[in-house]
Amino acid sequence: MSAKILKACTYIGVVLSVCALVGVVGYILVQGVPYLKPSLFAWEYTSDNVSLMPALISTLIMAALSLLMAVPVGVASAIYLVEYARSTSRFVRIVRITTETLQGIPSIIYGLFGLLFFTTALGWGLSLLAGACTLAIMVLPVIMRTTEEALLSVPQSLRQGGFALGAGRVRTVIHCVLPSALPGILGGVLLALGRCVGEVAALLFTAGTVAQIPDFGGEGIFALFESCRTLAVHMYVLASEGLHLGETYATSVVLLLVVVVLNTTTNAAAKKLSKERL
Amino acid sequence: MRQTSFKEGAAHVCFTAAAALSIVAVALICVFLFANGIPALAEIGLPEFLFGQTWKPTADEFGIFPMIIGSIYVTVGAIIVGVPTGIFTAIFLSRFASSGVARILRPGIELLAGIPSVVYGFFALMVLVPLIRTTLPGNGFSLLAAALILGIMILPTIITVSKNALDAVPKSYYEGALALGATHERAVFRIMVPAAFSGIMAAVVLGIGRALGETMAVVMVAGNQPIIPESIFSGVRTLTANIVLEMGYAADLHKEALVATGVVLFVLVMLISLLFAAIKKRGELS
Repeated sequence: MSAKILKACTYIGVVLSVCALVGVVGYILVQGVPYLKPSLFAWEYTSDNVSLMPALISTLIMAALSLLMAVPVGVASAIYLVEYARSTSRFVRIVRITTETLQGIPSIIYGLFGLLFFTTALGWGLSLLAGACTLAIMVLPVIMRTTEEALLSVPQSLRQGGFALGAGRVRTVIHCVLPSALPGILGGVLLALGRCVGEVAALLFTAGTVAQIPDFGGEGIFALFESCRTLAVHMYVLASEGLHLGETYATSVVLLLVVVVLNTTTNAAAKKLSKERL
Repeated sequence: MRQTSFKEGAAHVCFTAAAALSIVAVALICVFLFANGIPALAEIGLPEFLFGQTWKPTADEFGIFPMIIGSIYVTVGAIIVGVPTGIFTAIFLSRFASSGVARILRPGIELLAGIPSVVYGFFALMVLVPLIRTTLPGNGFSLLAAALILGIMILPTIITVSKNALDAVPKSYYEGALALGATHERAVFRIMVPAAFSGIMAAVVLGIGRALGETMAVVMVAGNQPIIPESIFSGVRTLTANIVLEMGYAADLHKEALVATGVVLFVLVMLISLLFAAIKKRGELS
């Protein structure tokens, strides 16, 4: 009897979860799609058109920069942990503890650290670079963990094959192990990209909220020290101003769209991975 | 031959250095957080800071007790909303759903996990807050609104981790229960769920960590008054909200007090991570 009630509870649980999903996504879509007008994608931001274009491009630059820093380091650390280190060594234990620590730290703490270190101590000010560095540290554990899992799932025989052909460890890792782990690593990179795109708390006090694309054409490399806002920060600013609700909904629709595209690509990568295993 | 061994050595050093960087990152975060927060703690006094009831930066009164309580209330609220729903959904997905239904629901849960917190916050601001304002006492910006939206936000974490725990229970447990005459439902709830208990607890702890650290969605709907809420319809300010609200313009002792708020949050989150690690270890042992 009680088992029947509990079973009914699982149905209620699913219905509630689905309602939450459909409610949030559906409401945003219904309210936002009518406001997806060309003026929202105008090149220049003005307080009239509240264009999201500068924020969108800043997001791309910011995410690319932080992944450029985080991916090589994250993949290399994972290679060290899986292919080189003995799992009993003290160094490995400390690395694992610190990675888990990084993973648990709330984004506002990253923002606080970025403000104290990159923005203030290093004197970079509110800038693209400070924001990207903060995000890079934030997504580092994500990339490390997924790469580690991908490397662990590569069959031992591939390594043995590499060694048997006379390749050294580096060569074996780069030519035999990494290609086979690539879809898994890509999944991790996309996950990290998703976090970069959605992040606000870590960027508010490191990258600032200026609604302009950093002027790489005019200033060259120094544009890295310009403040800019990503799409999520843009949305937060719009929502707290409360003046352009329709446009805010439309901006959320674009954010949702980015998330859906990232999720679909990740799943496709994972599917490819599991197919190759068979 | 020598060139190869040089290459090997260089690669080894590079990979090791990369692994060491995460240690450097944690060390830097700790040093900068503590170096900027501890002086304020010393100046204000640790008991006054932790247990002071008033937060009035203009009058040099820095007591974060209301925010600590606020964070705990909001997190408990999120757990009450999110945990039962999440666990029952996980049980359904793992044991009752047909493969077709599971295939439809899985991307949905991934989407729920991927939605940025500002979008959740904005949804709560536009839907939950007005709903609470019109049907219940208060102006809508409330502990209840924050708890509801956080409960939704931790759902995917709870569902995914609990489902993995349930899926990892050996099949023989289930078959054994059936062989003893248990129905499918009894086997699931009396055997499978207890066997996955430590994994489900780990899911709850992860959810607590996420709720405690969430900033933007809470700031947008909680009202943010730095006083201990009297009911679930009153406004509340969390530790995270305290930092993000005032960091933009704070200076001197005020700014250091905000960093010290971050230190308190950091320590709380670390305690939760330790708890998570302990639960995980216990699960591996049994």
